[in-house]
Parts: sequence; C-alpha cells; structure tokens
Amino acid sequence: MSIESLIFEKGAPGRRAATMTAMDVPAESLESMIPESMLRKDPAALPEVSEIEIVRHYTHLSQRNFGVDTGFYPLGSCTMKYNPKLNEDMAVLPGFAHIHPLQPDSTVQGAIQLIYELEQYLSEISGMTRVTLQPSAGAHGELTGLMLIKAHHESNGQGHRNLVLIPDNAHGTNPASATLADYKSVEVKTDPLTGGIDIEHLKAVLDSNAANIAAIMMTNPNTLGLFDSNILEIATLVHEVGGQLYYDGANANAVLGITRPGDMGFDVVHFNLHKTCSTPHGGGGPGAGPIGVKEHLVPFLPGPLPALGDNGYYWAEQGPQSIGKVRANNGNFGVLVRAYTYIRTYGPDGLLHVAQSAILNANYIKHELATDYEIAYPQICQHEFVATAERQKEEYGVTALDIAKRILDFGMYAPTIYFPLIVHEALMIEPTETETRETLDYFVSVMRQIAEEARTNPEIVKSAPHTTPVGRLDQALAARKPNLRWAPGQEVTH
Amino acid sequence: MSYIPNTQQDQQIMLEKLGISSLEDLLTPVPENVRLRRALDLPPALAEPDLKRLLYGMAAKNKNLVSTISFLGAGTYDHAVPSLVPHLQRRSEFVTSYTPYQPEVSQGMLQAIYEFQTMVCQITGLDIANASLYDGATAMIEAVLLAIGPGGRGEVVISMGVDPQYRRVLHTYAHTRGFSVKEVPVRDGVTSIEDLDAAVNTSTSAVIIQQPNFFGCIENMRAIEPIAHKGKAVFITTITEPASLGVLASPGEYGADIAVGELMSFGNTMSYGGPALGFMSARNKFMRLMPGRLVGQTVEEGDQKQTGYVLTLQTREQHIRRERATSNICTNQSLLAVGATIYLAALGKQGFRELGELCLQKAHYAFRQISAIPGYKATFGAPFFNEFVITAPVSAQKLQQHVEQAGIIGGYALVNSYSDMPNDILFCVTETRTKEDIDYLVNVLRDFDSSHLSEARRESGVGGMDIREVQV
Repeated sequence: MSIESLIFEKGAPGRRAATMTAMDVPAESLESMIPESMLRKDPAALPEVSEIEIVRHYTHLSQRNFGVDTGFYPLGSCTMKYNPKLNEDMAVLPGFAHIHPLQPDSTVQGAIQLIYELEQYLSEISGMTRVTLQPSAGAHGELTGLMLIKAHHESNGQGHRNLVLIPDNAHGTNPASATLADYKSVEVKTDPLTGGIDIEHLKAVLDSNAANIAAIMMTNPNTLGLFDSNILEIATLVHEVGGQLYYDGANANAVLGITRPGDMGFDVVHFNLHKTCSTPHGGGGPGAGPIGVKEHLVPFLPGPLPALGDNGYYWAEQGPQSIGKVRANNGNFGVLVRAYTYIRTYGPDGLLHVAQSAILNANYIKHELATDYEIAYPQICQHEFVATAERQKEEYGVTALDIAKRILDFGMYAPTIYFPLIVHEALMIEPTETETRETLDYFVSVMRQIAEEARTNPEIVKSAPHTTPVGRLDQALAARKPNLRWAPGQEVTH
Repeated sequence: MSYIPNTQQDQQIMLEKLGISSLEDLLTPVPENVRLRRALDLPPALAEPDLKRLLYGMAAKNKNLVSTISFLGAGTYDHAVPSLVPHLQRRSEFVTSYTPYQPEVSQGMLQAIYEFQTMVCQITGLDIANASLYDGATAMIEAVLLAIGPGGRGEVVISMGVDPQYRRVLHTYAHTRGFSVKEVPVRDGVTSIEDLDAAVNTSTSAVIIQQPNFFGCIENMRAIEPIAHKGKAVFITTITEPASLGVLASPGEYGADIAVGELMSFGNTMSYGGPALGFMSARNKFMRLMPGRLVGQTVEEGDQKQTGYVLTLQTREQHIRRERATSNICTNQSLLAVGATIYLAALGKQGFRELGELCLQKAHYAFRQISAIPGYKATFGAPFFNEFVITAPVSAQKLQQHVEQAGIIGGYALVNSYSDMPNDILFCVTETRTKEDIDYLVNVLRDFDSSHLSEARRESGVGGMDIREVQV
C-alpha cells in the first residue's frame, strides 16, 4: 500500500471545507474591542483543504489502522473485547452527548440517575461501599486511590508511611502512580512455582518496614493470568502492619460474578471500564477509571458524589476530609453511558458467563499452544496467559518481537510482548470472551505455522511483517532525531 | 442478550479438548473462601430494544443543548461540529483500536496523532505538543509536575482568574505531592499585576495564567511575561476556550513556555463534561520531559525507507521507566484528538480565524445589549473574548430561575465559585448563538419582574472589585 501524505501536504490556498454560521450581529472593528497588542499577528497555519479531500484522507488513514472490528486482537492485559454498537448509539443520544457539565441538576436528572445507578452496579460487582466515577482512566484511578490511602493514613496520624509494595509482575502504571503520589515503590517477588506473590519475601519486606508500609498494589488475577490463591493471607499480613490493599482492576474481566475484590480483602479498587465494560479504546483513549472503596475510606473520596433526595437526583458535596477533585467536572460521562449499557445488557448471569467464557478461551489457546511454545506457568490460567519465545530464540534466533510482527501478516493483532518483565521473551495472550471458536483455532494454527517457520525458514519471521502498509520502522532514528510535527518545507520520503 | 458468540456446544467441545467437564473446573484457583456463591445483585439482562427504550427515556430527562438555547460556558464550550467530523472520527478502525503499540498496523492512528500534534503547535505557536491528556485540569497538573521536576517541592503561583475547578484539582495534587500553591487575586477582572509581581520570587517553580481567564477577560500577557520569567519559573498558560486563538495572540507570541488546556469543544461533544481533551504544547527544550504519548515520524528499516510513524521517546513513559517515568499516564484521549484534528482541518486557516471573530462579535453584541438594560451592569472593564460578567440587580440564582422558566439556560452563577459575587453571572456567547437567541435573552432579562428588581439592589460598587475569596 502506498503512503498517505499528510493533510498539510494536500489542498491549495483558499480551499476550505466547513462553512461558518452567518455574522448576524452588527460587527465592530476588532481593534475597538481588543487592544492591538493582544491580537494574533501570525495566523495559525492550518491546512487549506476541501471536504472531499478531508473525507478521503481520514478514510484512508482509518484503512491503515487495525481495530477489534478488523480482526482478532489478543493484546494481553488490555481486554480487547468487542465494543457493542448499541453502546455507541446510546452515548451519542442528544440527551447524553449534548449536555453541559454545569447545567442545573434539575435539567440533567437522567444523567445523574445514570451515574447514581452505575455507581451502585460497580459497588456490587466489586464488593465495595461506594464508587467515584471521576477518574479518567486506570492510571488516574490508581493515583486517586493512593491519594485516598494517603489521606486515610494522615487522618490516623500515620502520615509518615511512605512505602507501597508492588509485585515484580505489576503494570508499569503502578510504580509510576506511587511515585506521583509521593510514595516509594518496594518490589515484591513472584513465587516461581505458583506465579503468585512469594509469601516469604512479602513477610520479610513487611517485617523490616512494618511501620512505613502504606499499601500494597495487586492485580488478581495477576499479569501472568494467575489467580493468587493466597490473597486472604496476604490481606491479613498487610493489614496487620497497618497497610491498605489496592486492587488494580485491569484484569477484572476474569472475576465478574466469581469473586469480588472487596471479598478478597481489598480496601480500594479501580475499574478500567474501557477493558472490563467493553467501552472502546479509541486508539489510546478515552477510558474511565472509577475507584471503589470500603466504608472507612468513603469520607476521603473526591466530590461531589451523586445522591437521591426528595427532589430527585443531585450532586452532594463531600465533607472536609475529601481529597478534593481529581479532574474538572464529573468524569468521562460518555464512557459511563457505554458501561451502563453494557452492564444492563448482560445482567448478573450474563456477566458471570462473560468471565467464565474469557477464562475458557484463554485456557483453550494455552492448551493448544503448549506443544510449540513454552508456557511460562502451565497451570490453569484465568483470562490470559503468558507464552514465551525462549525456545524459538535459543534454537533459531527468532524473538517474541519477530513472532508478534509475523502474526500481523495473518490479519490479526499481536499479543502484548516483553511483559510481564519477569518472563523472558514474553507473549502475553488475552483472547477475551467475544471470539468464536473458529477464530481461536485460526490463531492457534497461525502460531503453529510461525513455530514451524522458525524451524524451517526463520528469515520469513525475522523480516516480518510482509503484508502491512509499512514494514518495520526505525525506532532508534525516531528517538535519536525526534520529528514530532510537520513543518513547511518538510519532505516526506515516498 | 450477549456478545459471546460461542454456544454451549462450542464450549463443550473446547472443554473436552482441555480434558475437563465444566467451566467450574477452571475456577479451582479461586479459593472457596473468596468465591461469590450467589448471583450479583444487579438488574436482569435487557434485550436491545428494551434497553434502548430505557435509555431513550433517561436521555429525554435531560435538557439537551441541541433544542435549548444556552449561554453557559465557564470552561466547556458549544461549537458547531461539521457533519464530516463524527462520520470520520467514528470509523470503527479508529474507535476499536488500542494504543498503537504495533505501528505497522496502526499507521492511521499514528499519522492522525502526528497531525494533531502539528495542529496544536500551529494554534498555540509553540514548538511541540503531545498526543493528548485527560482534560484541561489534569493537563495543567502535568505541566506543573514537569516544572517542579521529579521529587521536587517548590511553589506554584496561580492566578485566581484560572478556572476554579482547575485550581481545586491543583490543591488536591499539591497536598499529595507536597508543593505549595500561592493564589494571586484578580482586580477588575484580570490578574493583579502588582500582586503577581509580589508573589513571584526565585523559589517559584511555575506561574499559571489562564487566557482568556475564567471571567472571559483577556489578560495582559505582555506585561505578565517578564514577571513570570524574572526568576526560574516555567510560564504556563491554560486555555479553556481555544476558539480564542483565532484572534488573540498565541502563547508562542506572548512568550509562554507551556500551553495546556481543553480542546473538547473542537469536533467533540460536551457529553456532560467528559470525555474531554487535554492538550499540552511546549518549547522544544521540554521535549524529553513531556508526559504522555508522543508520535514521531521516521522511516522503515532496511532499504525501502518509506515514511512511517511510531510512538517515540518512550523511555519517558511508565511502561518502560516505571517509578522513574515523567508521568503515570497510559490511556489518553486519542479518539477525541482525531476529532479535533478533523475539525481543525475542516475549519482550515481561514475558518479558524472566522470562528474566533464570530464568537467575539456575537459576545460583544450580547454584552452591549445586556449592559444597556436598566439595573444590569458590566462587572469588569477589561477587554474580553466571548464571555463576560454582568452584575444583575438581584441574586444570580434568582435570576437564573426566571431565565430557566423562559426555556433557556442562562450563564454561570459565579457565587458557586466566588462567595463574594452573589449577583454576578458569567455569560458565554459562541458562534452557535444567533442574534435572535441573544435578543430573546435580552428580552427575558429586561422583562424580569420589576418587583424583584427593587427587592435587592446590589449595594457594593461595581468595577474595580477585588476577588480574593474563593470556595474550594
């Protein structure tokens, strides 16, 4: 496929697409309204293009982009499930899409009701007392959760607690969020046999830092796709030294209706509604990262929170212990409408079946791949598992990256690679529940073919992809000589 | 109803391959003492037609701004979106893709974001921009964190003309991170230059000014810039109404180091305030300190050397640098960035300027009409863009009830954010308001029952008032 030039290289002076509304008021000179020194001298050098050029340009760009609607997307820990069209239609209803965040409560009763009810659903699903829907994404939720934990410790005269324990297989956002919350991360090792937290190591870390432990951040099932069955013991150990338990909800698709973070002993949980509740990832966002908490943390939640009174739904300000707002307005409402629609679509039995089916699909692929690939932890997995290219690398010089690129040639997206960091040549595979048995079988057959190619024709794997709009790109050059924007006169290599 | 394609029969075949008999056998790693042995207490599943009926009903309970005249701005703005924007933005290849980790099959999104980064630079007049942040408030926080540096404390000086919600968020983060915040008062609608000068010193890490500010007034950035830069501080400007950049001097022109703010109103819906579209644009020197995703242009490996786009400078980011990352952000607002990019392409060079002029002219027409009504007064004398404050003869809340009864949504009652402004209303007029809409508002305000007018004449003088109190 040939290259698509930039929008800036298209069009001609004087060309345009949008027509502006009429100037129907008596106009005055700019200078009479605004001092000349405050006016723009250098007009923004935006493109000058016609409507047909714009439509073809962005249509072509979309054709050079792979989504769940294009094909299988087994990106581990990202839960790339099907994004229902119904949800999209509901989010753009005028009564949801065209309402202003500062409208009086009396004029947005349906919106506050939706938020009020969604909070109840998420509280029930997670086993928590209350949920704030304010955080914009998972990492934003993590930070908010750590702020709540910090406020809790401070209110108990424990503000000196400065350590957050994070397993060595955790998402990178966990330690990054801890730093942002002014905490220091302490790594907890994985037990190489169970794939769960190494209990002896945890005890040692807790013993030597007991007075300074603020929290532990855990994902359960973790990024190896394994459920840590010691979770209640871990919760007891951490609580005994005065720490709080934070649940990273990135993998919550595996627990719907099966178990709840609240029942596992967690004090704070975040959801990734753009994973678990099927809202689309949009090429990187938007998401939504609601935070659920147990009773003792409710006073610290960001405000306002939705409430129902005699005169209907309203926003109730939080008390003086609240950490304050974590963003403007009340969360990614458009995402919340989609998540609400999703939960109402499935109901309680349906959500349980979602989790069970996701777990079955992951175990099925794991089982089928075990003959050709090393599986990092061969036991029963939950929603995802980690295969490795160690055998292929050692014997044929074919890496996880090569295999990922070769998968693209077969009309599928690649698994998450080189993560979790504790598994060499990791291929982290999460099929989700929304794939057919035929798709899973096709993926397995492709993976077997690639394993065979690694043995017989490794070059075809190492030089992949071959059928994509562009081949492998020079990442080193991009970082060494950053070109982050187009500028006039910039030549594009065709 | 369900989006799970596999039937019970399919699942049975799969279970047999695994050598187990039931789905329950796959749940053995979850210990019995944490199992939920009951159904979740949620409403039962609904079929699509029934669910649609339910949600149509909930949506209909909201007064939407397609069919209601509104003069509400205060950080969220109503700009007309050409039909081509949602048609292209909602193409499912964009909508259903993840962060472009595999560039070979993500060139569409990567190139669109590269174009977005370029357009943000074009409108701000700065050198670089990132791929988006959650919203304007958190974008401002990211700029502050960049300014104070990793583990830094320092002091942030912020004008009280910055959106009160943004300042609330700043206080939240300041407490967590342990930096201090000094708020500079507003005088006659704009940041007090004398107080700003007194507040900024050598330990100041960042100076934050909003343009136009929360009251719609245009700050004198040419006077502020040398004060902001007299020490080592990073000069940050926040922009909540980007249409202003069609006519007002750009951050690049007045010497800001970083511009952050909100682009939701460009090509996206306001959706009750979210998802929003935070942006950050900066001078070149901040490139390797930027938070979030950056898309860069490069070429293919090997001999072909065709141009392509990749996520770059990723060693700044959480998935590589973990606890030493410049930010914890992972998911951003890419799809909204695509919307803003298509929108700005549709407006183009000429349309962008016209948008600014339309907002300016219509708002000034409304201002002239309203401030001429007996009893209503201009609160401030400073020049403004498309929002202005009017001191009403009665409490803003009382007046707003009257306006609502007339079927329109009035401005923002400033008493919600500034306790000493009981009668003051912030009106916003974008290009979507017609002369007819404005004249209707003027008539509604004029017709306000005269018995109300005599009841509560505002005693304090108008113009030149200081704003020091704020409810946060």
